[in-house]
Amino acid sequence: MSQATIAIIDYEMGNLRSVQKAFEAIGCSATITRSTQVIDDASHVVLPGVGAFGNCMQNLERFGLASSVRKTIKVGKPFLGICLGLQLLFTKSEEFGVHYGLDILPGHVVKFRSTETTMKIPHMGWNQIRFTNPMPIFQGIPDGTYFYFVHSFYVKPDDQTIIGTVTDYGASFASGIWKDNLFACQFHPEKSQRWGIQILKNFSLLT
Amino acid sequence: MIAKRIIPCLDVKDGRVVKGVSFEHLRDAGDPVEVAAIYDRDGADELCFLDITASHEGRSTIIDIVTRTAEKIFMPLTVGGGIRTSDDIRALLKAGADKVSINTAAVKNPELIREAAGRFGTQCIVVAIDAKRQSQPDSAHGEANQRSWQVFTHGGRKPSGHDVIEWAQTVKEYGAGEILLTSMDRDGTGEGYDLELTAAVSEAVTIPVIASGGAGSLNHLADGLKKGKADAVLVASIFHYGQHTVQEAKAYLHANHILVRLNEEYNHAD
Repeated sequence: MSQATIAIIDYEMGNLRSVQKAFEAIGCSATITRSTQVIDDASHVVLPGVGAFGNCMQNLERFGLASSVRKTIKVGKPFLGICLGLQLLFTKSEEFGVHYGLDILPGHVVKFRSTETTMKIPHMGWNQIRFTNPMPIFQGIPDGTYFYFVHSFYVKPDDQTIIGTVTDYGASFASGIWKDNLFACQFHPEKSQRWGIQILKNFSLLT
Repeated sequence: MIAKRIIPCLDVKDGRVVKGVSFEHLRDAGDPVEVAAIYDRDGADELCFLDITASHEGRSTIIDIVTRTAEKIFMPLTVGGGIRTSDDIRALLKAGADKVSINTAAVKNPELIREAAGRFGTQCIVVAIDAKRQSQPDSAHGEANQRSWQVFTHGGRKPSGHDVIEWAQTVKEYGAGEILLTSMDRDGTGEGYDLELTAAVSEAVTIPVIASGGAGSLNHLADGLKKGKADAVLVASIFHYGQHTVQEAKAYLHANHILVRLNEEYNHAD
């Protein structure tokens, strides 16, 4: 059992219940919340997210949660961004026009370009990660493990050193990000069976 | 690169798993949550629940099943059947579904696809297309003209007038993230997927296509993925009646040089 208290940021985007259930399955207390107080009190904070970048950013701002995310990362609390929750950390996205993100990490969010007719978009399904910079949340997980992805956009960080894992889809893209207490994955650990749950467990054990 | 997906599909009626043979004769095969857990352990890549409950009151049953499934199982779940509005979609996503599959409602009102994709993201909107091959006895047309399929709705009972290929391209434009393509001619026959249909649709759209209808043996799965160029295969009877396990299916596909997620990669701890 973990002592971690996980705050899952609720900004009306995506399947938060799955994230919560996955943390509960490993013995964590996980709350879906948009209370800045609950987020402040939590030991670990998760920013999930599925949907359109612009809408998500709008909702984060509307609920006053953007500053909460910035604060969480600034004070050094373990933070995990999932899927769009990874992309939102960057400067801006080209999804349906230009939208500005949280700009915590410099970089752009761009769309996959279909390089051949067989390359389908969204990138949907199980794909492998390769380690470029061993992230603590991947401890005990073999290089080349498959995780579940579903997205049409990916991040291009300005600072290559924050890339922890890459995945091949047409070209190689950043599927895992790590900077100090900030972790983010483009895939969905909460949907990736055993190894996905292992990532959440590793994250919950960070202090 | 991305692995091809094996998706067991459970037909659910009034909270119980059934498998329709050409949507006519039904046979009971258990509790959906328990069956889902078995497929999870067996390494299925996703799961699909198709709710064929006729009554509107029955809608709460599938919500309950999705809720209970999401508590136990950490893999992608698609739910289809009887979805009419974007609020129906919201209820299923909130219960723990990752994607919803819409069929008749999309044909009746394609704007629903756009609305739902805008509200929830294209990635969670699967459009199910039930296709029937059109017989064209008129030999005045060339060979190429004989390859055509029509979209059917209401569980395959009503012709829609839409050409399958055109409809697939249309739903993609409206914002569908994936197409679940069922051959009504093959469904329940065990004769294999309609490969010509599957390849034609897969080549016509840039979104992923799931082949469905007709798989009766493991080589049918390989054919659907290779010759049919599908990104995933939906499988029911082969697994439900214990003919093969998901692991056996994957081992077979792997041996046939199809990229799949193998045993050691998803094997559960303990």
